[in-house]
Amino acid sequence: MGLVLLVVIWLITFISSYFFIAKTWWLPTGASSAAAGIDHHFNTTYILMGIVFVAAQVILGLFAWKYRERKSSRQATYSHGNNTLEIVWTVLTLILFVGLNLMSRDIWASERFAPAKPEALQVEVTGMQFAWYFRYAGADGKFGATKPELIDPSAGGESAIGLDTTDAASKDDVVSGTMYAPVNREVEVILRAQDVIHSFFVPSMRFKQDAVPGLAIHMHFTPITTGDYEIACAELCGLGHYKMHGMLKVVSQAEFDKWLAAREAEK
Amino acid sequence: MATREIAAHEAHAHGAPQGFIRKWVFSLDHKVIGLQYYFLALTAVFVGMFLSLLMRIHLIWPNVPLPLLGEIKPETYLSLLTMHGTIMVFFVLTTAPQGGFGNYFLPIQIGAADMAFPVLNMLSFWITFIGYIVMLAAFFVVGGAPLHGWTGYPPLSALRSAGPGEGAGADLWVISIALFCVGALMSALNFITTTLDMRVKGMSMMRMPLTCWAWFITAILGLLAFGVLFSAGILLLLDRNAGTSFFVPLVVVNGQVAAHKGGSPLLWQHLFWFFGHPEVYIAILPAMGLCSQLVSVFSRKPIFGYKAMVYAMLSIGLLGFMVWGHHMFMSGMSPYTAFAFSVMTMAIGVPSAIKTFNWLGTLWGGRIRFYSPMLFAIGFVSLFVSGGISGPFLAQPVLDIPLHDTYFVTGHFHLIMGVASIFGIFAATYYWFPKMFGRMMNEGMARWHFWFTFIGTYAIFMPMHYLGMAGATRRYSQFTELAYLRDLMPLQKFITYAAIVTIAGQFIFLFNLFWSMKYGKKASDNPWEATTLEWTTATPPPHDNFGGHTPTVYNGPYEYSVPGAPRDYVMQNDPATVAAH
Repeated sequence: MGLVLLVVIWLITFISSYFFIAKTWWLPTGASSAAAGIDHHFNTTYILMGIVFVAAQVILGLFAWKYRERKSSRQATYSHGNNTLEIVWTVLTLILFVGLNLMSRDIWASERFAPAKPEALQVEVTGMQFAWYFRYAGADGKFGATKPELIDPSAGGESAIGLDTTDAASKDDVVSGTMYAPVNREVEVILRAQDVIHSFFVPSMRFKQDAVPGLAIHMHFTPITTGDYEIACAELCGLGHYKMHGMLKVVSQAEFDKWLAAREAEK
Repeated sequence: MATREIAAHEAHAHGAPQGFIRKWVFSLDHKVIGLQYYFLALTAVFVGMFLSLLMRIHLIWPNVPLPLLGEIKPETYLSLLTMHGTIMVFFVLTTAPQGGFGNYFLPIQIGAADMAFPVLNMLSFWITFIGYIVMLAAFFVVGGAPLHGWTGYPPLSALRSAGPGEGAGADLWVISIALFCVGALMSALNFITTTLDMRVKGMSMMRMPLTCWAWFITAILGLLAFGVLFSAGILLLLDRNAGTSFFVPLVVVNGQVAAHKGGSPLLWQHLFWFFGHPEVYIAILPAMGLCSQLVSVFSRKPIFGYKAMVYAMLSIGLLGFMVWGHHMFMSGMSPYTAFAFSVMTMAIGVPSAIKTFNWLGTLWGGRIRFYSPMLFAIGFVSLFVSGGISGPFLAQPVLDIPLHDTYFVTGHFHLIMGVASIFGIFAATYYWFPKMFGRMMNEGMARWHFWFTFIGTYAIFMPMHYLGMAGATRRYSQFTELAYLRDLMPLQKFITYAAIVTIAGQFIFLFNLFWSMKYGKKASDNPWEATTLEWTTATPPPHDNFGGHTPTVYNGPYEYSVPGAPRDYVMQNDPATVAAH
C-alpha cells in the first residue's frame, strides 16, 4: 500500500507540474506596461511554490513507502519532536512568504497607489446588467452630468448611462459600446456601476477592478501593443453575467483621433 | 462553592431516557446529537454534490435537458451554484466536523459524561435543522433559489428586481443563514465551556488530544465570527424588506430607480468576510486536529511537535481574523489596506506550513499502518499542500489582479477548504465508525473509495488552476460568449468527466456506511490500538460514556512506541505512567 501511495502521489505531482512547466495553459500574452512586472513576479512565486509543492509531495510519498509497517521493521522512533527543527522551518517559511510579499509591493504600489498622469486619456466605464459602456469627454475634457431618472438601458448609448443632454459639458461626450484606446498612452478609467457590482476584467492588460454602485473608482493602465482585447465581467452580476463582455481596441493615436472625431460627427 | 459544584455535577448526570422521542429525536445525549448533526451533513453533502453534478453537466452540454429540472437556464445555473456553495459551507463543512464528530467525541476524549449544557446542545441542533429545511425550501418558492452566490454580495442580493430568485428565495436564504448562526453560536458556547470546565482529573490542556484543541479553537472562532454574520444577515433582511439602505446606494435596475440611497455595498463585504475567512478555518481546523491524531496513531509514533501544533492552531485562529481583506483586493477598498492584509495573509501561511512539516515529521521513522482512516489522513496532507501552495499567489494583490474571481480561486479553495475538510470527515468516519456503531467498516470498499476520491479530486481541481491562469472567470453559466473562454472548453470537458466518475465513487462510501452498520465485522473496544479516552470505554459507549466511573488521566495523548513499555502504546488513563518506563 505504501508503494501504491508513493506511485500515485508522485504521478499526480509530476503530471500536474508538467502542465505548469510546459505552460500548456498560461496567462494570456501581456499587452500593458504592467504585464511584464506582474508576470515576472508571477513566475518567481510560481517557481518557489512549485519547488515547495514538488518537495512536500515527493517526501510525503517517499515516507509513506519507506516507513510502512513490515514484519521486519523495527519499532517506531520514540520522539516528541525537535525544537531546533521547528524554529528552522518557521523562520525559513517566514522569510519565504514575507520576502515574496515585499518583492511584489512596488509593482502593486506603482499600479494602484499613484494616480494617473495628467496627460492620461480619461475613459468612464459603466457596468450595468449586462453590458459595458465607455464614455469619452470630448474636446472640452469634461464629462457632462448624468441623471439616474434618465437612464434607459433599452435605448443603449447615451441614454443607457442617463446622459443629461441639457448640460453643456455633455454636448461633446462620446458614449460607445466598444472601448478604444491609443497605444502607449496611459488610460485612466473611471469605473462606475449602475445596478449591482460588476468587475472590469481585461486579461491581456493584467487589469481587473470591481465597479461598485455608488463609487467612482479611478484606476489606470497603459496598453503597449495594438490589437483587440476581450473584456469580461468578473463579478457575479446576475443571470446574464456570462454574456457581459466587451472589446478593447488598442490603436495608434492617429486612428484613435480619427475614430473619436467620427463619433463626434455622428452626434 | 461546594454545593454549586455538586449541583452542576448532578445536572450533567441526567439518566438515560427510555422513550424513542427522548432518546433519538429530542435527545440531550451529546452522542445522539452528534449523530443527528452527522446525518444532517450526510444528506446535505449528497444534495450539494448533486447540485455540482448538474452544474458541471450544464457547463459542457448546455442544451441537454436534465432530469427533474428540464432545460437549464442561466439563472437556474446560478441558483445551483449558490445553493451548492451555501449548503456545502454551512451544512456540511461547518456541521459534520464540529457539530457531528466534535459533539460525539469531545466530551468522551476529555472524560466528561456530556457537554456542559445538554439542553442548549439539543437546541443548537434543532435550530440548525430548521435552518437546513428553510434553505432547501428556497428551491420550491416562486422564482426559485437565489442566484447571488454563497457570498451574497449586495446590491444583487438586496434587490428583488435584480434577477429571478432574488424574491422569496433570497429571503429564505438569508433567514436560513441567520438561523444557522444562532445554532452555531449556542454550539460554540457549549464547546468552549465543556473544554474549559469538564476535563477530568489529569487532563490538563496540554494533555488534550489535538482533536480537542481543534474543536476548542474552532468554537472560539465560531463565537466571534457567527455573531457578525448574523448581524449582517439581519441588516440585509431589513434592506430587502423594510426599506433600509445599509448596503444599497442609489441604483438603477433595468431603468427603474430603486428606493434606496446612501448604503455601502463594501460594508457587506467587510462584514461577510470578517466571518467568511475565519469560516475557512472553522471548516479546516477540525480536520487538521483529526489528521494530526491519525498520523500519530497509524505511524505508531508520538505526534511531532505537539506544542508547535497547538501554537500553530492558535496563531491560525488569531491571524484568521486579520486577513479578511484579501478577499477584497479588487473590490474598491483602499489599495493601502490591501498591502496590510496581504502581509497578514502571507504570515498565516507560516503556521500552516509548520503543521505540514510536523505531519511529515510524524511519519518519519514511523511504522505506518495503512488502514482507511490513515489513507484519508495522508490524502488530506497531500491536498492541504496542493491547496496551500496556491494561497501565496492569491495573497499577493499584484497576482490577484489576473487571478481574482477566476477558476484559480475555485481550484484553490476546493482543494484546501472543501475537499481537504471532506477528507477529514471521511477519515473521521472510518476511524470512529467502530466506536459509534460497534462494527468495522468494510476495508476493501473503503480503499476503493479512497482511490476514486483522491485521484478524482486532483483530476477535477488541478485543471481549474490552469483555467484560472488563462483567465477563465468563475460563475459563468456558459463559455460561449468570449473567444478565449471557448478555447478552454476541452479542459472544462475533462473536469466534468472527472467529476462524474468521482461522484459515482461516493456511492461506494454511502453503501459501505449503511452496509457496515448491519453487516460489518464486530469491533473491539480499541480496534486501532489508540491511546485516547474514547478507546477505554465500551463500544458503543454507554449513556454516561464511562459506565458510572470517571477516568483519571496520567499520560499525554500520543504515547506510542514508548521504549520499555509492554505494548507499543500507553493509554492516557494507564497509571503506569510513561515517565516510569
